[in-house]
Parts: sequence; C-alpha cells; structure tokens
Amino acid sequence: MPEEPSLSKEEILRYSRHLIMPEVGMEGQLKLKQAKVLLIGAGGLGAPLGLYLAAAGVGRIGMVDFDVVDFTNLQRQVIHGTKDVGRPKLDSAFDSMRDINPFVQLDRFEVPITSENAFSILQDYDIVVDGTDNFPTRYLINDACVILKKPNVYGSIFRFEGQATIFATQGGPCYRCLYPEPPPPGLVPSCAEGGVLGILPGIIGLVQATETVKLILGIGQPLIGRLMLYDALAMKFRELKLRRNPECPVCGDHRTITELIDYHQFCGIPQNPVQEAPVTGEIEPKEVKEKQDRGDNFVLVDVREPHEYQIAKIPGAKLIPLGDLPKRLNELDPKDEIVMHCKMGGRSAKGVDLLRQNGFTKVRNMIGGITRWSETVDPSVPKY
Amino acid sequence: MARILIPTPLRQFAEKNDNVELPGATVGDVLSALTARFPDLKKNLYTDEGKLRSFVNVYLNDEDIRYINKEASPVQDSDTLSIVPSIAGGSYA
Repeated sequence: MPEEPSLSKEEILRYSRHLIMPEVGMEGQLKLKQAKVLLIGAGGLGAPLGLYLAAAGVGRIGMVDFDVVDFTNLQRQVIHGTKDVGRPKLDSAFDSMRDINPFVQLDRFEVPITSENAFSILQDYDIVVDGTDNFPTRYLINDACVILKKPNVYGSIFRFEGQATIFATQGGPCYRCLYPEPPPPGLVPSCAEGGVLGILPGIIGLVQATETVKLILGIGQPLIGRLMLYDALAMKFRELKLRRNPECPVCGDHRTITELIDYHQFCGIPQNPVQEAPVTGEIEPKEVKEKQDRGDNFVLVDVREPHEYQIAKIPGAKLIPLGDLPKRLNELDPKDEIVMHCKMGGRSAKGVDLLRQNGFTKVRNMIGGITRWSETVDPSVPKY
Repeated sequence: MARILIPTPLRQFAEKNDNVELPGATVGDVLSALTARFPDLKKNLYTDEGKLRSFVNVYLNDEDIRYINKEASPVQDSDTLSIVPSIAGGSYA
C-alpha cells in the first residue's frame, strides 16, 4: 500500500492561501502534490511555468531542455539570471525552482526530445506542457500525447501575439485538428520579422500554468475545444471554437498515424542538411573589408529592416530592406559590382537571387552577415 | 462590409494593416477582395492550386469555416473574419 499522502506542518503553512479556498483546500493541495507534470522547454514559456507550478506545489515536475543560457534569453526567460549565462538551462531553472519550493521533485531530461525517446520521457507524467519553439517538436509532442492519452497544454507566441489551448484530452481536438500541416520552411516569417515582446511568454506561459493547475484540481472550465488568442498591442483576449476533426490522421475516426514519425521530414526540414555546393558568388566579410580598404569600386547593400540597421551597421552599406528591393531595383546599376548582406546571410541570399533574376551578374552574398562581420572583422559592431 | 482581422505575421504583406473592411457575400468573396487589394498576401494564403493553405485557418466570427460552409459560407455586414496562422515560437530562430 502506498503511503497515504499528507502535508507536513511546513507545507501547510506554505500553501495556506490555497488551503483556505474551498475550491483547492487540503484535497486539492494533495492532488497538486501527487501530480506529475512534464514541461517541454525551459525558455520563454517554460520560465513562468516552472516558477509558478513549483510555487503552487506540483509534486513532481520534469523539464526537457538541452540549451545553455545566453544573454539574449534574459529579456524574457525570468527563471534564469545574469549569473547563469553559460550554464545549462536546466541547472539554472532547477536552482530557481528549488529556491522557491524545496518540496518539489525535479526530473531532468537534458536531451532533445525525439521520436525515439518521447514515449519513455512522457510516460511517467499526467500532463504535458508544450513550451517549445519549433514545428517539428510541436507535432511530435502532439502525436505522442494523443497516442499516450495525455493532455497537452499548448501555448505559442509570436511578437505581440499568443495562442493557448489544451489538446489531446479524451474526445477533444489535437494540434493536427487545428493545423493539419506545418508551414513549409520558406513561408514562415524570416528572422527579420521574428522577435517577441519579453512579457508575452509570461502571459501565455501563465495561461498554460493556470490550465495545468485546473486540470489537476478538476475545477473550472478547462480551455478545451477553445483556442485562446491574445493580442498584447490591442490588449485583447479572443476565443475561437476548436473542434476535433473526424478525419484527423492522429485522433480522428480512421487513424493513419499510430506511431511517431520523422517530424523533421514532415515539416520539410532535412535533419542532416546536405552541404550545398559552394555558390560562386559568396564572399567572406574579411574580403569585403579588404575591398573597402583597397578602395575597390563596389556597392554594399544591406537588406535588413530599418530597425535592425539602427542596432548595428557596416559603414558604407546602403540600406534596402529585402521587401522593398523589387521596387527599388532602379537604385542599383547592373554594371556595378554588388555585395549584399543581412544579419546571418539568409535574406541576402534571396536578395542576390532576385538581382540575378533581374539581369544583375556581378552580385555576391556576404556569408554569415553582419554577425560574422562582428566576429571576424570588427568586434565593436554589436551582435543581436 | 465585413471586417477582416490580419495577424502579425501577415501584416507585412498587407501594408501593415491589422484589419480592413471589405465587401463580399461569402467568405470566399471577402478573401478574394482581400488578395485583390493586397496581392502579396495571395501566396501566403493560397496554394498554387488555389486552395487555402493548411496552416492558415479562417474563422467567421468564432467558427472555423472548415466546419461550416468553407469558403461558400455567407457573410453578413456585422461579421468578423479572422485569419489565424500557425505560429511555433518561444524564441524564434
């Protein structure tokens, strides 16, 4: 016989504000203590989730993440501090959570979650919370949760907007019912349009935390069959209906997916990207600097956005954001030698293609963008 | 005129508008009016075969059009259409 669960005197004092509410009470607090929740991702969403679920007294919390804290995380991942930069995120997160609540058991999974290990990681937990940042992992978590019949508390964010819902409950919809397929890699917004308001994952992560606690306690109206949308700029919460799709390949009436698949392939991302043959027409930042120093006659075009140009720029570069390039071609001369750059080299490669399609022949892409310029030419140029 | 809400990732293709009012008797009509006004939106909403992309959902008020009459669903002047694309981010690469 397992030991009858109970709270110590210290725990009773700690959870006093829960215990005095009849909706939680001793019974609810013991449910929280016995609950096992898996948080996938210790980033923007995982940070508030980890802190508040530990504080609330969820007895066992597993966390999956293999990343290391870096300076760009600190704007939103409040579970990590400046002193933690360079440490594994799980070390840093667990220090914060243990400090908040030493009564919580923390399980560490410092690995990427894959089709091979997903079942063994998920199997011990009652509820899975998806705080990841990419499509292959989101589809993997969805399918694993449907197959193992575990609720998936979902949240995702983009710039000033967030979405949250609960997938994979008995009879409820799953992620594939909402979106049968991910966007192909080329059509998702590029790094230029990325970014996120630091507070946004706090709001969405805590919606997920709230729903997790409600599921454990069995109170209130869970966010099932409803997609909550949040717009921080308008400060509006909206709600859309979400239905189980009877034709869903994972949770529908005639299931065709009954085991985990290759999610990178499903999302159109080659797992081991084939090294592309070097394109004639690439140039190292160092060579660009040498050309500048020699006084070579060429035009350096920066295809980033104006707000990026304000963060960091290469002297002498002409700013033409990639989106404006088609209508500003007349500002460039096909007779000139042209070098294009962006932040990392992806957008400028598209710019080079566009110019070539328009009859420019002497165009090259600066490999690695302004980030590589900062690393190999001029460290005074900030990286972002 | 129905109001159509444009989500953040697609505003760059819609002259930065977050919503526009457009005429149309059906969801399909309103979407056609939308892509006529903002041609750059078209490839983000439709496949080359002219089908709505599977990672872009369209809602008539709070109802997913896939569960009503799809693009033939009738639209009233007071209705709001929402385009809700798939987003994955926590820390967008």
